[in-house]
Amino acid sequence: MDLLRRGLLTLSLAAILGAASPACAEPASIVVASTTSTEQSGLFKHILPMFKDKTGIDVKVVALGTGQALDSARRGDADVVLVHDRPAEDKFVAEGFAEARHDVMYNDFVLIGPASDPARIKGLGVLEAFRQLAAAKPPFVSRGDRSGTHSAELRAWKDSGIDLAAARGDWYRDVGQGMGPALNTASALGAYILADRGTWLSFKNRGDLTILVQGDPRLFNPYGVMLVNAHRHPTVKVKEGQTFVDWLISPEGQRAIASYKIDGEQLFFPSAAQTAK
Amino acid sequence: MSATSAIQLDAVSLSLGGRPVLDRLSAKIALGGITALVGPNGAGKSVTLRVIDGLLRPDSGTVRIAARRRAFVFQTPALIRASAAANIALALRSLSRRARAARVRDALARVGLQDRAEDAATRLSGGEQQRLALARAWAIEPDLLLLDEPTASLDPAATDIVEGLVTEMARDGATVVLVSHNLGQVARLAGAMIVLAGGRAVEQGAPHQILLKPRTPETRAYLAGELPWTSFAAAS
Amino acid sequence: MPILHETLLRLWTLDRDVIAIAWLSLRVSLTAVSIGLLVGIPLGALVAVARFPGCGILTGLLNAFMGLPPVIVGLVLYLVLSRSGPLGSLGLLFTPSAMIAAQATLATPLVAALTRQVVADAEIHLGEQLRSLGLSAPRRAGILIYDVRFSLVTAALAAFGRAISEIGAVLVVGGNIAGHTRTMTTAISLETQKGDLSLALALGLLLMGLVVAVNAVAALLRGYAAKAYG
Repeated sequence: MDLLRRGLLTLSLAAILGAASPACAEPASIVVASTTSTEQSGLFKHILPMFKDKTGIDVKVVALGTGQALDSARRGDADVVLVHDRPAEDKFVAEGFAEARHDVMYNDFVLIGPASDPARIKGLGVLEAFRQLAAAKPPFVSRGDRSGTHSAELRAWKDSGIDLAAARGDWYRDVGQGMGPALNTASALGAYILADRGTWLSFKNRGDLTILVQGDPRLFNPYGVMLVNAHRHPTVKVKEGQTFVDWLISPEGQRAIASYKIDGEQLFFPSAAQTAK
Repeated sequence: MSATSAIQLDAVSLSLGGRPVLDRLSAKIALGGITALVGPNGAGKSVTLRVIDGLLRPDSGTVRIAARRRAFVFQTPALIRASAAANIALALRSLSRRARAARVRDALARVGLQDRAEDAATRLSGGEQQRLALARAWAIEPDLLLLDEPTASLDPAATDIVEGLVTEMARDGATVVLVSHNLGQVARLAGAMIVLAGGRAVEQGAPHQILLKPRTPETRAYLAGELPWTSFAAAS
Repeated sequence: MPILHETLLRLWTLDRDVIAIAWLSLRVSLTAVSIGLLVGIPLGALVAVARFPGCGILTGLLNAFMGLPPVIVGLVLYLVLSRSGPLGSLGLLFTPSAMIAAQATLATPLVAALTRQVVADAEIHLGEQLRSLGLSAPRRAGILIYDVRFSLVTAALAAFGRAISEIGAVLVVGGNIAGHTRTMTTAISLETQKGDLSLALALGLLLMGLVVAVNAVAALLRGYAAKAYG
């Protein structure tokens, strides 16, 4: 029976080592709840090493939809949130989950569709384009996941005077997923979709899709950063979290954001100049 | 309980899965010597053996056993996938490590398997496996040894060896209860015999008496089936 | 098939990040399976050996829990480990430990149910003898576990397969944090979402390679050990 005992010993050791090793020699770190668009565009991969070099702080990004990211922070599971849905962010601050919101950067949304453009929206303004889509009813993919992009899409329908509840039908595909999967679906269906430019630029499986509407001021997509209020959740790492927020809106952080490019195209535009300390 | 009886069963009844297998069975087994339990299939022989060992609890009736240590050897030797020595050692939990090793060595020598101690039990031949099971029983130093058709699946040579071992253990003082279908074996080994039929003991006595002069119709019917060339049934 | 060519090329040029991800996947899943074996094997064997009221119900539960949906496990564990949850003070959410806990929760009932089955089969042949020797239920369970040890390798491999290939639980409790809790499956999912299908496929091939390698090592060990005591 020695074999059994030896086996058990090995197993126990493995379990103890495996469970224990992540705890040892852990550097200072914070959890940032952010959006799939920032993560999947590759921005964090570009700027976080610079921040870590300067401060030694490890930033762990959990990429969720804006709504989920804010909820996760409400539960106390994140130290900092970086999202893009102004009304939801203001609500978060009003509820006392953060003391302040800071502008960080913006990018813009683009309305994407098949190059053949059956609904003939190319070059139109956003509101006209959405009215045209509601009339022609070509396949349209919606995020449907309470993300910032989803909110922006819903605002666009509303502002163009479309009653989505009445107009939606088979043509309107609510996929309930992140930007990437939604783009994959649109690419497979040859559907129209509202996407953030960052994810679109880094997206590889485009198929027949192309940008049809862009540049309308209504497509402006601002990102805000908030340190979770330690009065609501004492476990929040205030010092490290504040360091990260301060760095993002400092000239150095802003330069880091501006320097991220895909194929020579800048994805995010710093907007914190007016609020930076 | 009389001083000379090792086992006394009084009106023992037992149903398994709703089917009655023992029906107010009463029997006495004397201290020392070999007692054979015989009878047709389904008579309740193996169940009686399990009741004696405590593996099965009767629904009613009393079972009295005058034995400190029991050992049970099954028709197919129950061996684990480990060495021959380990298979014996698992029956000797209460001994110290050294005493256990010595007892294991003695037991293997007793059945002629001293050179196979480290061999895998499951790699031994059928006869060797049954000898190993007997060695485990021997190592327990039982005063009651229960054997359930221990040679049913063995060839004649292996049967001889196993019978020799059982005889020796009985000579050493153990009370042996043997379930067997082999009436020749019963006649060779047993000093007493109990015939079971329909969950009851229908006849008890010395084997040569019962085999030659069965007194009950059940015994005659059974013997006529086992030994068709005789004609007990006609003689009655 | 240009994508196949591209995939193989990507596989050839996989970098340090990918190796770290593969190592994390292996570490998390192997640890979770170890815990699953430590808990599941004795549990399954005891259920097989002991006779107690409700043991049929427990068997049914174990069998049902073999099919526990990973997402549900992830969600429940998320609520438990969240800062606002009962074990929030441990600060385990979004750590490898949380992923280990989730996968161990998935592995344990699977190991227990498979162990119960093979031990119950062995019990048919050996149970009477062991009870006749007057051994206690834990003792009998231990001996039967030893008897079926080679069959348990299959249970361990099944649990490992379930752990390393699941995504629902690790994604929710791990958070898919780059360089910290990103595993093979969450990385594959992420690359698929980004539309980088050739990289996703390359990672998928690597994951399958890992699974095949672990199975091969187990088969070798089992064959080597079984040679002595088959």
